[in-house]
Amino acid sequence: MDNVDKDVDLVVLGAGPAGVNAAITANRHGLKVVLVDQNHAAGGQVFRPMPETFTPSGGSAAPGEGDELRQRLARSQVRVYFNHTVWNVSTDLRVDAVGPDGPVHWRCRALVVASGTTERVVPFPGWTLPNVMGLAAATILLKSQKMLPGADTLVAGCGPLLTAVAAGIVDGGGRVAALVDAAPRSAWLKASPAMVSRPDLMWQGVKWLAQIKTAGIPIFSAHAIEKVEAVDGRLRATLAPVDSDRRIGGGERHAVHADAVVVGNGLVPGTDVTRLLRAEHTFNRKLGGWVAVTDEYCRTSVPGLYAAGDGCGISGAAAAIHHGELAGLAVAHDVGSLDEHSFEREAAAVQRRLSKARRFGQAMGALMALPSRQVETIAPDTVVCRCEDVTRAEIDAAVAGGARDMNQLKAWTRCGMGPCQGRSCGDVAAELAALKAGCGRSEVGFFTGRAPLRPVSLEQLTGDYDYADIPLPKAAPL
Amino acid sequence: MTSTLDVVNPADRPFDAAVIGAGVMGCSTAFHLAQGGMKVALIDRGQLCREASGVNAGTLTLHMTRAALVPYAMKAWEMWMTAEQWLGAGVLATHVPGLTLAFTEAECEMLEQRAAARREYGANINILTPQQALEVEPGLNPRLLKAAHCDIDGFATAYLTGRAFRQGLDAQQVALYENLPVEAVDRRNGVFRISCRGGRVLHARRIVLAGGVWIEPMLAWLGVRIPIKTLINQLSITERMRPVMRTVMSVANGLLSLKQFANGTILIGGGWQGIGDRERGGVEAVPENLIGNMRLARYVVPAMSEGRIARIWLGLEAETADAMPIIGDVPGVEDAYVVGSAHSGYTSGPFMGKIIAQYILGRQPEMPLFDPARLLSRHPGNEEA
Repeated sequence: MDNVDKDVDLVVLGAGPAGVNAAITANRHGLKVVLVDQNHAAGGQVFRPMPETFTPSGGSAAPGEGDELRQRLARSQVRVYFNHTVWNVSTDLRVDAVGPDGPVHWRCRALVVASGTTERVVPFPGWTLPNVMGLAAATILLKSQKMLPGADTLVAGCGPLLTAVAAGIVDGGGRVAALVDAAPRSAWLKASPAMVSRPDLMWQGVKWLAQIKTAGIPIFSAHAIEKVEAVDGRLRATLAPVDSDRRIGGGERHAVHADAVVVGNGLVPGTDVTRLLRAEHTFNRKLGGWVAVTDEYCRTSVPGLYAAGDGCGISGAAAAIHHGELAGLAVAHDVGSLDEHSFEREAAAVQRRLSKARRFGQAMGALMALPSRQVETIAPDTVVCRCEDVTRAEIDAAVAGGARDMNQLKAWTRCGMGPCQGRSCGDVAAELAALKAGCGRSEVGFFTGRAPLRPVSLEQLTGDYDYADIPLPKAAPL
Repeated sequence: MTSTLDVVNPADRPFDAAVIGAGVMGCSTAFHLAQGGMKVALIDRGQLCREASGVNAGTLTLHMTRAALVPYAMKAWEMWMTAEQWLGAGVLATHVPGLTLAFTEAECEMLEQRAAARREYGANINILTPQQALEVEPGLNPRLLKAAHCDIDGFATAYLTGRAFRQGLDAQQVALYENLPVEAVDRRNGVFRISCRGGRVLHARRIVLAGGVWIEPMLAWLGVRIPIKTLINQLSITERMRPVMRTVMSVANGLLSLKQFANGTILIGGGWQGIGDRERGGVEAVPENLIGNMRLARYVVPAMSEGRIARIWLGLEAETADAMPIIGDVPGVEDAYVVGSAHSGYTSGPFMGKIIAQYILGRQPEMPLFDPARLLSRHPGNEEA
């Protein structure tokens, strides 16, 4: 009923730096590799290209890392499936997707999950207003569409994306109304140089900082957005000081007017696939939250299933490249295409580069980690699950009423049942549940992984058919 | 091996009854026993109503209930619709008509036959022409040949079942022990000793096994063997969408349940099978079966093609050898009872709990029970058989 491609050794999910490198590496060792991504080209979030039909008005930019990645991919024998949404993966390593030509599935010997991260926003009143968006969302606008979030933008949150976005806005001719950083000034200065997780690109961070300084952007360190209101067609943000746990406290408030607010509180590793396949996971706050348990060669607890990149813990793009290579080597070895000796030699070299890149990347990641007490000052009537309009008060009430794990919480409140499938709200909701229950994050667990991995159109899934094509099982008992 | 025991209540101060398994049947049994004056413990290895009772399609229909269970389902239907009154919280039970549809001649025959069988047991099911059916449900595929209609039908939001029962159980002061797997049960001097993981021990004069598909291993604690088959039902639900249906729909052979909730989401069920078993639970969905189920749903209400599937999951359903429930005494074990394994068990669940409680309380059950002894395994070596 759909297109089948059976002659595949490896399917890689996600064409960011980890996925592309896993695919190329395995392919280099003779594996037949399929690489699948929802987007129209490789690069992931970090190396997101413009649509082919776009030409920047300022002349063509110098080829960047993303272009180099895409060229290497084009030179390989990796079979790419862009514009394809993978909706199901089963433990027999069957991967189901829908694409422009309808449903397709692959059966493979190994699967590498390199599905990246989701942005975390610690909610405040007004975070669901139009023109309030994530920092990562703003980078998509800036990188892929060369669009400014607004003429006048407030940039808030934490971590290296703050400076990258603020500088990107200035670079694109926009105005940054203010830069609001939850970290104190000292931490922010320390963080900036390695914001792309690459020590050899330190100058980039320094350049961004200089741009921000030159533009005279007001910087509020150790502050956060307390609320955003829509006033006369614009947004008014109220800024408040935060303590070392990033809790909003007393002290002077500042009002900032802007026509867009971009805000992000770090990244959460994507575990949709590994949870769906019931791989073992562990909670690691510094790495961004729940991550699949992997051995040193990216193997999860499920046979044939590997994970690479930021989905295994926030480590940055530079580390993701090497982590992907490592996964590609491990798969090549495990399916018998790479002998033990060569594998150990190649893997050792990659691991050295990986651990170097990780030192910076994970230090950056830790700056974006959610302090456990940050959620304490979320106001009761603040919406936490924006798909289903579930407030903090409703989450607290459900926990007080006996819902002691995330699945029961989901059932009793609908938190996480909407189109985002819990990706946006899950981390903060779990933190609130643990806080209310007086236990740790591991005890409240996380939403059970479910298909579809992304919402999928019924029309696309079912295709064209007649009644007689429906394989009806035998009737239920009378 | 020695371990420190954490004795909840000593053998000389036992609960009047301990119910093991906190799904619909267990919760209802515990609730009604407590209401009848007993001191009751309710124990579950997980959280309240998180297995079949919390993840089923919530259909409250007579069309798909086994014919002989129709009178029970009608009683239970009343209980679901009035849950706010007797439990203190509801499950958004909604009364809408139910339609079963036939698209082929063979299905027409099946539809007539199934409707007649249920009418015999008191279900007021009428046969409609396509035009009449389209008046009831304008979104239907006009290619249907015949429909069976029943006014007593509707749906509940199954995931709210635990929240609703929690209210009632708390009001009746049932002692609730969640996340506490029972490992063994034995009886000494007329008192059951229930040994749980971590060395926790409870004592009770009576026990009720209400473990759904896990009743088979539960009965084994008491040396009784009744085989119970596990069905792995696949379910899927759409995102919220505009209203495209107002009834509960099925097809003649029973392999579809379709309804749209007030929030706009549409649930597709019908018992298409996924992968799993009693030990591992629902493991994963089978893509071909999902697509078959979704094709059927979209065929019935073509406007569904606008929707997107948001979530797919699996729910376990128990089936005995004769596909009828086991509700009554555990054969050969005094003061031990079992309730469960009813086909479409969610629909009739609250009433099944009520009648076993009436029986345990020494009253006349409102309707006859279903003696488990009829299903005792006759394999050699089973002394009870």
